[in-house]
Amino acid sequence: MKRIAMVGMPNTGKSTLFNRLTGAHAKVGNWPGLTVDLLSAKLIVGDQLVHLIDLPGIYDLNGYSEDEKVVTTFLAQNQVDLALLVLNASQIDRQIVLLGQLMRPGLPIVLVLNMVDEAAALGITIDAEGLAAKLGIPVCMLSAKYGQGVEQLQPAMRAALREAVGADAANGGRAKLDERQLEAAVKSSVLVPAQASHALTERIDRILLDPWLGLPIFFGVMFLLFELVFILGKPIQDAMAWAFAALRSGALEPALAGLPFALRGLLLDGVYNGLSTVASFVPIIVLFFLCMGIVEDAGYLSRAAFLMDALMARFGLDGRSFVMVLMGFGCNVPALMGTRVIRSRGLRLLTMLVIPLSLCSARMQVFVFFIAALFSAKAAPLVLFSLYVISILSAMLTSQLFKRRYVNNDPFVLEMPPYRFPTPRQVALRGWHEVRHFTRRATRFIVAGVVLVWLLTNFPLGAAAGGTQTWAGQVGTLLNPILSPLGIDPKLTIALIFGFVAKEIVIGSLAVIYGQEGAALTHTIAHQIDWIQAYSFMLFTLIYTPCLSTIATIVTEAKSRAFSLLAIAWPLGLAWIVSFVFYQAARQLAA
Amino acid sequence: MSPVTTTLTLNRLDPGEYGTILELDAGDELYQRLVALGLRIGNSVRLLRRARFGGPLHVRVGTTELMLRRREAHCIRLTHASPGRP
Repeated sequence: MKRIAMVGMPNTGKSTLFNRLTGAHAKVGNWPGLTVDLLSAKLIVGDQLVHLIDLPGIYDLNGYSEDEKVVTTFLAQNQVDLALLVLNASQIDRQIVLLGQLMRPGLPIVLVLNMVDEAAALGITIDAEGLAAKLGIPVCMLSAKYGQGVEQLQPAMRAALREAVGADAANGGRAKLDERQLEAAVKSSVLVPAQASHALTERIDRILLDPWLGLPIFFGVMFLLFELVFILGKPIQDAMAWAFAALRSGALEPALAGLPFALRGLLLDGVYNGLSTVASFVPIIVLFFLCMGIVEDAGYLSRAAFLMDALMARFGLDGRSFVMVLMGFGCNVPALMGTRVIRSRGLRLLTMLVIPLSLCSARMQVFVFFIAALFSAKAAPLVLFSLYVISILSAMLTSQLFKRRYVNNDPFVLEMPPYRFPTPRQVALRGWHEVRHFTRRATRFIVAGVVLVWLLTNFPLGAAAGGTQTWAGQVGTLLNPILSPLGIDPKLTIALIFGFVAKEIVIGSLAVIYGQEGAALTHTIAHQIDWIQAYSFMLFTLIYTPCLSTIATIVTEAKSRAFSLLAIAWPLGLAWIVSFVFYQAARQLAA
Repeated sequence: MSPVTTTLTLNRLDPGEYGTILELDAGDELYQRLVALGLRIGNSVRLLRRARFGGPLHVRVGTTELMLRRREAHCIRLTHASPGRP
């Protein structure tokens, strides 16, 4: 199958054009030797099926950044039959150099000048035919976002592919243009008014980037976004959980009643619970990327980077990291996926290391339960607040400790695109791609983890589920020398093992472990442990591995075993140290 | 251009002021990025604003707006034109 690669600078609407051409059929794929996923799709051009690949946006084909290396490696290792070079029509004067770098014998190129609507609004006029003649390649002017002019692309690609088959010699013979020739070609066919600027953007920026109003507005926007994703997401998640439970009790349990205990448990408590865990993230991921898509496409994410940079640079992070860490307080999983907008690998990994320390809503449920059981109503808000403070402090400590290891080696020079109206289609496609990406990559991992925890907490056969006789109980006993200095007894250790799957099930697991529910469970726990133990347990729960889905996301997004191990081991170690210091100090003081 | 031309680095411009790029005193990587974004010798650049607390600069060059940290802006030497005109 022939390959068409899309090349272009960041913010040229390359992905929008890709989506316009391929719709919802794109697949995220691994390519040998590359550290990032590439989006690709099959497309019919003329009478043949071709493979269209969206390469990451780059500034320079001979550049040093991760993405630039990815594109160079891709072009060197794969046969490419046609390149679509996508440039922002209003910035063609500075972007045209990429054409010179891309030109090579045997590679037909179609030049796409995108965002013609914006260029027209700026008063820029482009003589596409004249430019095509001077450059010796076809030029298509279009707006990928609104679809105007996209119809020229099919015949242009068809002709270019045909030419590639017919006359390789002619192609190879085409002169490679140098920078001066390219600039001369642009100068003679493109007319840019002396004062071309986005007036509306300028006016909006005067408010949104105001020295006094900028930050308060930013926090307001973040608050709204957070509420929108997580307050709106909660009832949908609850409905989903209800549907899964209903399907289980209404259909699956009766249907599987005849099976032996172990097999039934494996299918229902293992596989089915695993699948429902995966499903429970779907609404949050969709909502998150709908909102993020709007913020990003509208151009506000780069404004967030601008506003927060002074503070975040100190921690080796940037403003976009801040947005993702903040969203992590709702749920870590979409926040981790959202770090893909950060193109410097060092910066992205550091952000991914910090996000799991954000106190997410699932952990909050555990804390609310323990605080209600062991603290007075008056102390409760303070206790919860202290946990948020510790969450933020451990994030700051982590970034400080690791900022030298995961260095942001990209120069911090970012484009601030003009404000744009995101199109619903674009935003919806983004949500769809992300959900599919998550379910494809993480399902196996999550189901396997849930099955493993089920095995640990139910075997050997005959042991009471979740009891101290199970393998989990034995692990709890085995770990006792390590965890008892934190005040965490074997029963609580079993709850931590359950909590490895998801924090939502910790309370449920305590009911199984203590054999009681509701008020009776609260009462028993209040009698069996004191507030120091409870706080130590909460500290540990706050900092150690957030959940299986978070780990699955880290593993599939980072594509580095060493990093994934660190992302599990470091919070575990930090959790131990913090709980240990607190428990021992509190015991000394209380004695 | 006015006869009294002074040279200064980009981070010394006041918001609203223009300058013409004279020299990029940057390593390969930064140099490449600056040039790709339009910050080339001979181009006119305008400082739009600075972020508070020593944050980045917001500049415009041609039809492109971008932000850069002060350290990066320090590498860009300009001739100073009078404010308000390109």
